[in-house]
Amino acid sequence: MKFNAEVKISLKKGMLNPEAATIERALALLKYDVENTDTIKIIKFSLEGENTDIIRREVDEMCQRLLCNPVIHNYEIGISPED
Amino acid sequence: MKVAIIRFPGSNCDRDVYHALELAGANPDYVWWNQRDISSFDAVVIPGGFSYGDYLRAGAIAAITPVIEGIKETVKEKKPVLGICNGAQILAEIGMVPGVFTNNSNAKFICKWTDLRVKTTRTPFTSMYNKNELIKMPIAHAEGRYYNDEMEKLQDQDQIVLAFAGENPNGSLEAVTGVCDEDGLVCAVMPHPERASENILGSDDGLKFFKGIVNY
Repeated sequence: MKFNAEVKISLKKGMLNPEAATIERALALLKYDVENTDTIKIIKFSLEGENTDIIRREVDEMCQRLLCNPVIHNYEIGISPED
Repeated sequence: MKVAIIRFPGSNCDRDVYHALELAGANPDYVWWNQRDISSFDAVVIPGGFSYGDYLRAGAIAAITPVIEGIKETVKEKKPVLGICNGAQILAEIGMVPGVFTNNSNAKFICKWTDLRVKTTRTPFTSMYNKNELIKMPIAHAEGRYYNDEMEKLQDQDQIVLAFAGENPNGSLEAVTGVCDEDGLVCAVMPHPERASENILGSDDGLKFFKGIVNY
């Protein structure tokens, strides 16, 4: 069975995010007063597997081995069957 | 002293490191990312550059290539390993040194000479300096801000190798810009000693990093 996986990677709470800070300053230049700006990276792919649980375990392993750096990142995994 | 210079697609300081190692009296040779066995070498230098285009995170892709297994074996054999700039980011990604080098606080690529303090002389690379000696070497990176949530442990275990002495240009935690593993044999530094290895370059303060390898 084929599944779509989506990994959302964000910086841990309290980590400085220079990209988000720059975006917030740029928005201020356009007179938009915003706060709590953040950026999140999303990695999407599809893969074959027996069921959602097995796929989730596999994607979690990918996050720990390559997609994220556990020192600075949090991640969320979304799995859905391909239509 | 045979020293392996590891090359990944996108490495670009490999030839500079080769030159500096020769100046120091070492016998360097290039090794590609897909060579697993590097046991014939006495030491390893991972040079700077933009391996795999810095995709995902600087150093993240290089960190899973076959040569990394060889580098881990090198450390088990108590041979020294030095990572410079992108090489430092790779060593942090593998977890061979603690912490991470991430995006500069000002979100810019910074290329400039910096004043640095040698914080420990127990690594082979800093063995020829005096503790707290002030030296001058350039940095050139966008992802060099050192972060570690266990800074106290790092200090207690004497794992801080280099710190910015004047301005802290990239926002590194406690101005740290070089760290080593617990044994002091694996060393990761963001500044470029090879770009400060001859007076004609503006300073030869970095040459002792390579002389230290030969002396080890």
